[in-house]
Formats: sequence, C-alpha cells, structure tokens
Amino acid sequence: MLQTGLLDIRHVSKMFTVDARPVHALRDVSLRVEPGEFVSLVGASGCGKSTLLRLVAGLDTPDEGSIAVDGQAVNAPSLKRGIVFQDHRLFPWLSVLDNVLLGLHKADATAAQRLQRAAELISLVGLAGFENAFPHQLSGGMAQRAAIARSLAPSPEVLLLDEPLGALDSLTRSHLQEELLRIWRHQRTTMLMVTHDVEEAIFLSDRVVLLGSRPGHIRTQISVNLPHPRRRASAQVIAIKEHLLDLLAGETQTRVAV
Amino acid sequence: MRPDLSTAGYSGLGWRGFVLPAAILGLWSCSSALGLGNEHILVSPLRVLSAAAEAVMDENGITALLHSLGRFISGWLIGSAAGLAAGLAMGLSPTADRAGGPTFHALRQVALFAWLPLLSAWFGMYDAPKIVLISMAAFFPAALNTQAGCRGVPKTYREVGRVLELGPASTVWRVILPAAAPSIIAGLQLGLIASWIGTVGSEYLIGNGQGIGILLSAAREGNRMDLVIVCIVTLAFVGLFFSQVVRLGSRRLIARHLPS
Repeated sequence: MLQTGLLDIRHVSKMFTVDARPVHALRDVSLRVEPGEFVSLVGASGCGKSTLLRLVAGLDTPDEGSIAVDGQAVNAPSLKRGIVFQDHRLFPWLSVLDNVLLGLHKADATAAQRLQRAAELISLVGLAGFENAFPHQLSGGMAQRAAIARSLAPSPEVLLLDEPLGALDSLTRSHLQEELLRIWRHQRTTMLMVTHDVEEAIFLSDRVVLLGSRPGHIRTQISVNLPHPRRRASAQVIAIKEHLLDLLAGETQTRVAV
Repeated sequence: MRPDLSTAGYSGLGWRGFVLPAAILGLWSCSSALGLGNEHILVSPLRVLSAAAEAVMDENGITALLHSLGRFISGWLIGSAAGLAAGLAMGLSPTADRAGGPTFHALRQVALFAWLPLLSAWFGMYDAPKIVLISMAAFFPAALNTQAGCRGVPKTYREVGRVLELGPASTVWRVILPAAAPSIIAGLQLGLIASWIGTVGSEYLIGNGQGIGILLSAAREGNRMDLVIVCIVTLAFVGLFFSQVVRLGSRRLIARHLPS
C-alpha cells in the first residue's frame, strides 16, 4: 500500500499586525514530515508553533512560501487535515455521537455505515458507552478523546494536534499520551503536534523540532530513535530531554562563554 | 454566555405568590363591605364575580378573548418570522448590517403606539393595522436578539465548521443557529410579552370588532368598573400563562445541551 500523508512546508513566512506594527511570526520555515511520521514542535511560547499548525490546517495563509500534502497545495481547510485544538471545541448542543458524525458529513457512505464508523471511533478513543452524553457531562480528558474521534472521522492523511493535552491534569495527560500513541499506531496517520512539554514530545515523537522565537524559525531537529513503549525515566529519554531543555534555556538566558 | 431566560427574580408559581393577591382581595372585600369609597369607582368583588360570570355566560367575554388570542398569535408569528429573517441577515452579512442596521436601530427607538396613526391611515381601521402593530411588537426583540446571537457565536466554533468543510448553509444550520439559540429564544419570548401588550393596546386604541381591549374600552365608556376589572384580570392571566409556557418550553429545549 502506498502511504499518503507527506507534509511538505517550504520557506514559509507569516507576518501579523499587532498594535499597527508588523510582527514577524514565522520566517523561512521549511519542514518535511514523512507519511506516518510523528513530529512534535516545541519552543518557547510565542515562537509561532501554533501559527505554523494553523497554516498547515489552512485556517490562515502564509505570506510567503508554500505548504503541500502529497503534492497538493494547501489553500483552505480540508477534511484531509484534521486538527485537535487545546480546547476540545465539541459543539455543546450535540451528543458525542452527533459530534463525531459531523466529521462524517461528507463521507460517501450510508447512514448505517456512518453510524458504525462513528461507533468504532468512539470505542477506539475509549468512550464506548458515552455515545449519547453531551460535552458538558464529560471530564476534560473525555471531551478531548471525543474531539480526537471527531477529527479522525474523515480519515485525515495528516492529524494536527495543537497542545491537545495542554489543559489536562498530569495523570490524565500521561494516560492520554499512551492512548494517543495507540491511536497513532492503529491509524498510521501523519501526526504534527505542538506542545510545550518536552517530555511529552520525546515520549510520542519520531522527531522533535525546536523552534526559536522572534521571528519563529527552526533551530534544530532531534530524531528520537527509541522503540515504543518508551520509558520516561530511561537514560536515553532523560538525555534527550536535558539536551532540549538546555537549548530552550539557552534562548532565554545569555550564556557566559567559558 | 447563557442568558437567564427566566424573568428576573421570578421563581415560578409557589403558594407564596398567592399571598399578596389574597391580601389585596381581603382588603378590597372589607372596604366595600364597610361601604368605604365610592361604589361606582371601587366596585365590590361580588359584582366583579357576577360580571365575570355574565361575560362568560352570554359568550361576549369568551368571543372577545378568542378574537384577541387569534390576533396575538398571528401577529406574533408574523413578527417573529420577519424578525428572525432580518436578524439573521444583519447577524450574518456585514453588508446587510451596514445597509439595514442604522435604519433598524433608529426605528426601534420609536414607541410602539406612536405608529398607530400611520398604521391606521395605511391599513384601515379594522384588523389589519392591529395585526401589523402586534407583528412589529414581536419583530424588534426577535431581530435584535437573533442578530446579537449570530454575532456572538464564538470564532472557535466557526473554525471547527471550516475545518470540517461545512458549506455556508450547513454552517448556518448546524453551527450558527444552534449556538445562537438561547439568545434567539430569549428574543421570541420578549416578543411574546410585547405582542400581548400590543394586542390589547391596539384593540383599545383602534376599536372596531371584538377583543378584550375593545371590551375594556366599552366597559370604561359604559362606566362598568366591574367589567373593567374582569378584563384586567384576564389580561394578567393570559400574559402569565404564555410566559410560563415559553419559560418551560425554552428550558426544556436548552437545558439538555448546556451545563446548568
């Protein structure tokens, strides 16, 4: 099977106007994510990592450069690129099932097939039995699971995750990290995740991309060649984490040359 | 973001709600039994009761009530539908808002009954001007709340609509209308109260035909204070009944979806 989901970001720049002054959010960012690869973007807040994700989603357009998925230029949002936001953004007036079904509204399938696919996704994210619950009846973690199911419904080639676990408590968070890994291995979707949690990035990703600020640019990329499941306390994970944290701290503190 | 749909400070129909009316009724009975006050101005409760019985028995009162209700419901429906359409247009299209908004906001400053001379000149002296006035009473709150509701839909929800590739019609139907529903329902409810006031006011001021407002006007002309009081009590009860219906209905509709 030929795998799809090749994400190609080339020389992308983006300016914003803040208080009538132009601010360079991203400058000349190029990144290639292979089909089925899990890549995390980390960096200080304000480094433009969420901006980059919104550009890939098609919610905003770059001022310069181009973004393509499987050779097709991105110029508007598409069901081929799913996105999970930090706030789950489920529609409060729809049940979990109806929220997921909304992701299937363009699917070429009968009502019964849609229902079956939605039920499969709901059980994939571990919410079986909560099909008819409304978002306000769910905990933060459960709502985020439902949001993941909705974004997976159209079978996207690329799944974009904008700090998806950022608003959750640490226990729920590490549990959902494992779930995310399981879902990724099940779906084999290309994943691009923004996170401020370095350990989360190392635990999940094949590659961690470190962004620098003002303007946002790629500082370095680190491949994490460790088999899954990874142990957070393992020497290799800690070594990569230390290295990344040093790099992150180096940006905010002026280093004294020895 | 969820507006409180219950009337401010109003907590339903508990027994405590009947204490004040009972006290007033008691005072009133005592004063008329003791012969205090002018019998023609402050009629006795018994005479009011017999006037009520009479109005029901000779079917005058019932016919008047049914005519008023018919005008009220049809005016409210027309005004609500028009208000919903105008509010959607102004809430969804910046062009429509720029073109129609200033006119709309200027017209809604005009007191409802100030339209009567124009309406009766244009639509005659019978049912048409009354129904137009009742529609206008429902139109403004419906349009205003629909517009505000559409404007207030969080950008985050619209983005989800874009990401899911919902077309313009789907976005309105599946995102904007449900998100704006609490505000729209509050507007329809305000319109209901305004329409009832418009119904009685237009009947009273225009006359011609049948209706509670016309009966009230006739009772005043004939110096029948007992019948005047019967009309006023009827107005209060009908108004109360409709606000209860809408309150319970909207609560059922909205409470399911939003946290309490």
